[in-house]
Amino acid sequence: MHIPDGFLSTPVWAALDVLAAPAVGLAVRKTRREFDEGRIPLLGVLGAFVFAAQMINFPVGVGTSGHLVGGALLAYVLGWPAASVVMTAILAIQALVFQDGGILALGANVTNMAIVGVLVGYLPFQLWGGGGATARKIAIFAGGFASVLVSALLALVQLALSGVPMPAPIAGISVGLFVVSALLEGAITLAVVQAIETINPGFVRTAGGSHRRGATIVLATAVFLAAVGVIFASAHPDGLEQLAIKTGISQRATNLFATPFSDYEAGFLQSAWLRKAAAGLAGLALVCGACIGFGRVVARKRSA
Amino acid sequence: MPKSSLIRVRNLRFRYPDGTQALDGVAFDLLPGECVAVLGPNGSGKTTFLMHLNGLLSGEGEISICGIPVQKNTLPEIRQKIGFVFQNSDDQLFMPTVLDDVAFGPLNLGMAPEQASDRARRALEQVGMQHAQGKAPYHLSAGQKKRVAIAGVLAMEPAILVLDEPTTFLDPPGRRALLELLKTLPQAKLLVTHDVGFAMDLADRAVFFDQGNITATGTVEHVAEKCGWR
Amino acid sequence: MHHAVIERWSQGHSFLHRRDARAKAAALLVLLTAIATAPGLPVAAGSVYFAILIFGFAAARVPVRGALARAAAVLPFSLAFAAIAAASGDPARAAILPGKSYLSALAVLLVVATTPLPKLLRGFEGIGVPRFLLMVGQFVYRYLFVIAGQAASMRLAASCRGGFGKSGSAHKTRFSAAAGALAVLFARSYGAAENIHRSMLSRGFEGHFHLLRNPRFGPADWTFLLSSVAVAVAVRGI
Repeated sequence: MHIPDGFLSTPVWAALDVLAAPAVGLAVRKTRREFDEGRIPLLGVLGAFVFAAQMINFPVGVGTSGHLVGGALLAYVLGWPAASVVMTAILAIQALVFQDGGILALGANVTNMAIVGVLVGYLPFQLWGGGGATARKIAIFAGGFASVLVSALLALVQLALSGVPMPAPIAGISVGLFVVSALLEGAITLAVVQAIETINPGFVRTAGGSHRRGATIVLATAVFLAAVGVIFASAHPDGLEQLAIKTGISQRATNLFATPFSDYEAGFLQSAWLRKAAAGLAGLALVCGACIGFGRVVARKRSA
Repeated sequence: MPKSSLIRVRNLRFRYPDGTQALDGVAFDLLPGECVAVLGPNGSGKTTFLMHLNGLLSGEGEISICGIPVQKNTLPEIRQKIGFVFQNSDDQLFMPTVLDDVAFGPLNLGMAPEQASDRARRALEQVGMQHAQGKAPYHLSAGQKKRVAIAGVLAMEPAILVLDEPTTFLDPPGRRALLELLKTLPQAKLLVTHDVGFAMDLADRAVFFDQGNITATGTVEHVAEKCGWR
Repeated sequence: MHHAVIERWSQGHSFLHRRDARAKAAALLVLLTAIATAPGLPVAAGSVYFAILIFGFAAARVPVRGALARAAAVLPFSLAFAAIAAASGDPARAAILPGKSYLSALAVLLVVATTPLPKLLRGFEGIGVPRFLLMVGQFVYRYLFVIAGQAASMRLAASCRGGFGKSGSAHKTRFSAAAGALAVLFARSYGAAENIHRSMLSRGFEGHFHLLRNPRFGPADWTFLLSSVAVAVAVRGI
């Protein structure tokens, strides 16, 4: 899901660089307010942890496996501003050292995964994570799910906007793949959070509290973005398809070559996913449903 | 008790938030030029004790370092006087190059960057690692890392060195070289270790920690014999 | 591991290695922009950029073949898109996508292979990136060497016991075994971070990182920067 240089049209990458820079600046300022520089090692080491977590494979059946992406998990541990800063640092290192994602396209990748992906991952936790045990579990799962799905859809939209050709069947398959990987991220995030809390319940933040209003605003923004994405996607099925392919392929490329660990088990996302392509159309319906659900929740929160 | 103690601890008590009584009335002195080995089982309070000496933890009781009481406003001075070498060098060598890392302490003391790098270079020479100043710490061997970590502490020009399990990751030649190096350093030393042989070679005396208190003192041989610690 | 190889390359002493990180960072951004904004990227211009980059690797004594292979990490992604573009009747784009992305990756690789990453990150401070963010990046990179090593040994230990990555009958168990492994890795990372913090405090850290100065930006750095910019822009005009 890391867009390389050369794919986005100049207005798209430039606009996203311009958008991402102040957003990261804001995240850094908010992080500094909460953590002094003495906590930089914590942020850095947990960044290295998320990086290294790619080496631990999770079986998903039919001989394939996936791994943690980690944006939502970081947000549950560090809060969204610090998680955004850490994800930005990770993306920058992936782009520089691992040729995984471009430098000019860093604004796009940061927007998708470090800003929107982290915020969207954090929101359900912030809103419902303070409720009962089941609500909390659902919130944690939903955060991981939404984080990966929204990042991938944004990437698809950006590619489509850049005029990268994306025939409809391919877009459909891609969206299906996104949904599968998002479900997997939700499941992994939940399993890891539960395992972490058995070691020390203090690792994960307490949800809810003072940031609810902010969270609601961010959720509304996310729903808006997701809605724009879906409208765009349905209006330009070609673009959507292209995005899907790009993202799916990018995952593959990552697995095969660009991860830090060459012996990393490749091939899971790609071939198996393609085999599961039939799930694609169902995936699209799922995305629309999720967006409608999000919208209803926001409406309810506002009227409450 | 002699006034000139570099480390003077009286009736030190500490209880962790979970209720564990980690230190239960510890009294201890370190005299100038001395090297004292701290022996004892895991969980006996050795590390908790060390972390009180430079204010990383604070319990009840009196601690003074070079005559200065350990309290919040004296911490910068205390941390210059007492240098800690941690068990895992990777926790201590966090800067991108050896020189940056060794200069970290002097820069915190408020030295100008040029002075700090001079100080760092001198400390690296003292441990025989001047050739590695531009290297990344993760490219060094365990023994070299330990030397650089010691240089990072020496660059602060401390009066006391505290070494927590310095031999853990070392092979026998690395261990021997570390012993030779430590013998050349004039500072008073506090050596926490399970390596009784190393303690015998380096330390003048030993104290034995058990259940949050010192239960035996004397020569390393005597303490090891008495506590069945070999 | 990939990053260890790049790290080794970056420890050289060639002319390129010795240039100031800020000069290389700025030249890289100009070159990438030139490539990205070149309408269509004619074969001639692309070939000249390629030749210059190859020359750069050779001059820096970085193994050219290894560099070419590593930059190829972007190719599966680009070629797949190129195939789609070709299939949907856009052969021009089909050629440009892999060309531009490969050249860009190669350019990034040349800079990273001749500049140790921490120096490069500090170079970006000169372009206005917040130091806080760069310090986080520096710690991510530093401890990647440690935590990835631990992850590798956990994976080895797991595969000795049958592994948690392969499918099998008890697949729910394997899933939670992997989650447990990650949780342990997380707790260890957290513990390491706390030890690092303690060791910082022990050496007098009072809430702010003071760094040694960046080396002086010399005439050779200016020459390098200005000539790279001139070449990047001129070639784009071919």
